[in-house]
Amino acid sequence: MSRYEDMARVAAEVAPIPRGDDGEPVFREPWEAQAFAMTLALYERGLFTWTEWAAALSGAIKQAQTAGDCDDGSTYYQHWLSAIEQLVSDKGIASEQALAARRDAWDRAAHATPHGQPILLDNDPLR
Amino acid sequence: MGHNHHHDHDDHSHLSGIELRVRALESILVEKGYVDPAAIDALVETYEVKVGPRNGAKVVAKAWADPDYREWLRTDATAAIASLGFIGRQGEQMVAVENTPDQHNMVVCTLCSCYPWPVLGLPPVWYKSAPYRSRAVLDPRGVLAEFGVHLPETTRIRIWDSTAEVRYLVIPMRPDGTEDMSQEALAELVTRDSMIGTGLARQPEAMR
Repeated sequence: MSRYEDMARVAAEVAPIPRGDDGEPVFREPWEAQAFAMTLALYERGLFTWTEWAAALSGAIKQAQTAGDCDDGSTYYQHWLSAIEQLVSDKGIASEQALAARRDAWDRAAHATPHGQPILLDNDPLR
Repeated sequence: MGHNHHHDHDDHSHLSGIELRVRALESILVEKGYVDPAAIDALVETYEVKVGPRNGAKVVAKAWADPDYREWLRTDATAAIASLGFIGRQGEQMVAVENTPDQHNMVVCTLCSCYPWPVLGLPPVWYKSAPYRSRAVLDPRGVLAEFGVHLPETTRIRIWDSTAEVRYLVIPMRPDGTEDMSQEALAELVTRDSMIGTGLARQPEAMR
């Protein structure tokens, strides 16, 4: 997929994305693919340029390394997620506080949802 | 079924810290109109095929070829699977359930989080659908028929309900005529659906 390869190339200037034995990209859990897909969707909406994305990803990785990241590739998409959060905050779409408040809401929603049912934000008792 | 894997005080759902971050971000972006949730799902599905259930196929092929490993898988699947480097990050327990001529095993769960990611990659969309779960329990033979699987009437079908703590991997029956095949070649016969129980392993002639 060329859109994918465009993004992989930009990311590779900072840190190459994880790939399997056959060179195909590897996501180990659904959230990794979601984080990847959100970045692609935001880029295609023109929210940021590739240069901005590369800088944000690089910043996220440096920050994690300073904080003692294990740096073995297993945390790759955590850096990716930090980079999107930073860009979204820089662009004034959602502040760090807004993101934190929403995380708390999802956490309450999950706890209020019996196992086996879809977790919906509306399940948050404070909503 | 009717059994409950949960302790009484813990019968609610849980999202990990990273899942909370992703959900928080996505829900805000959707509300503000920056991303279309259907487009995200479509993208995730596109890449789903790139994850592939290769890890699980390696586990099954090794179990077919190596009786000691097969025994280890039966008694402690979590450790046997981890020995190949496939380790879940949430500390979930893995249980391997073996198909035999007498019993066919099938795995369900309504929550996409209850899926053995380390061995099977991302769950297929149908696995997360409400109709699959309810029908798999009520009419497993009908569901299997829709997947093109027809079992003898004498084969019992057992449904395993995944939970946040326990994930199941079906070990399909080894096809006949594969005695001389290498583990690598055997792994090619192991499909994702065969490890969920909605399919059977491929026949070796189908690979030629």
